Amino acid sequence: MAPNALIAAAAETVAPAASNGAAETAETLTTSPIVALEVALLFMLIIVAYVMLKSRHLFAVVMLSGIYSLLTASFFVALDAVDVAFTEAAVGAGISTVLMLAGMLLTARREKPATPGRAPVALVTVILTGAALVYATIDMPAFGDRYSPANAGVGQTYVERTPKDIDVPNIVTAVLASYRGFDTLGETTVVFTAGLAVMLLLGVGAARGGRAVADRPPDGDDAETEAGAQREGDAGGR
Amino acid sequence: MDVEHLILRVVVKTLFAPIILFGLYVQFHGDYGPGGGFQAGVIIAVAFILHALVFGLDATKKAVPETVLKWLMAFGVLLFAGTGVATMLLGGGYLGYTEIAPQSTHHAGQHYGILIVELGVGIAVAATMLMIFYNFVGREPEIDPEDW
Repeated sequence: MAPNALIAAAAETVAPAASNGAAETAETLTTSPIVALEVALLFMLIIVAYVMLKSRHLFAVVMLSGIYSLLTASFFVALDAVDVAFTEAAVGAGISTVLMLAGMLLTARREKPATPGRAPVALVTVILTGAALVYATIDMPAFGDRYSPANAGVGQTYVERTPKDIDVPNIVTAVLASYRGFDTLGETTVVFTAGLAVMLLLGVGAARGGRAVADRPPDGDDAETEAGAQREGDAGGR
Repeated sequence: MDVEHLILRVVVKTLFAPIILFGLYVQFHGDYGPGGGFQAGVIIAVAFILHALVFGLDATKKAVPETVLKWLMAFGVLLFAGTGVATMLLGGGYLGYTEIAPQSTHHAGQHYGILIVELGVGIAVAATMLMIFYNFVGREPEIDPEDW
């Protein structure tokens, strides 16, 4: 049996309300390890998220966010989305953890305690949104359902046409770089623009041999306003 | 001689080349397996970030200066966009890779096009990520080990 079919059967056992076809009992038994793995990963995600919420030590929070990304990547592998998992592991667990650490160095090491005030409003909003999202998942097609809009429409076309048009084994690459080349060009430009924005905001003025931009000490501003006030006073005096 | 974090230094020095090699594998094997320019760019950037974390930002900046990164960022995007212009000059549509090798019977034009475009993505992403890291960390050059 193909791995896709296995996982599809597993998803049907997880969400029986959404299943189109009846999952056979034999299939359910053979796929139970994958279901157990997915459920375990989801529970670990919830635990990590809760600890991140509770912890005030920013270093721990940054490290936990890396672990969160790694767990998400594992979950994507279990869902058979290897390319997405790869990106999540490299970007989420790798580079964004380092960038968060670098950002943390510029600020405090501990989060200030939150002021309790509008907690009930926030709680109600979150519960309502969560309930709406859970309600929406009931209507979703089963995972791997071949008649779902995503699989039956354009996805099926890509799978059928890639060997004829492009002849590349990895269909994800064919879609990314050829069929949807314009999208990828746009994404690359977004990354480039983000880099430019960081350069402009944090100031490597030295990129062309100019001077590096440094933060002024806080008392510098005061001195300036004092001087300004004095000048105004002089003008009024005359 | 400074021998602080000796184990980390040895490990990073050993791992540096394999990480770059893995990044290149992910870059050029994207047609056949999971991976591609974006992941490869991030992996290669991570190798240099690891170097900077252990050996200090100045040592890494000596190897990869900011001026070079600035040019590489633009070069990656231009390589991608320029491929589109090249295919137009060859008589196809924008990013219509088939025109690169129109006589090919096994879609060689598409393969070349995807390879070049992914290389552009990889260069742009690697340079941009490293540039962002330089900018963040460059603001506080002296990091006290106690601060972590």
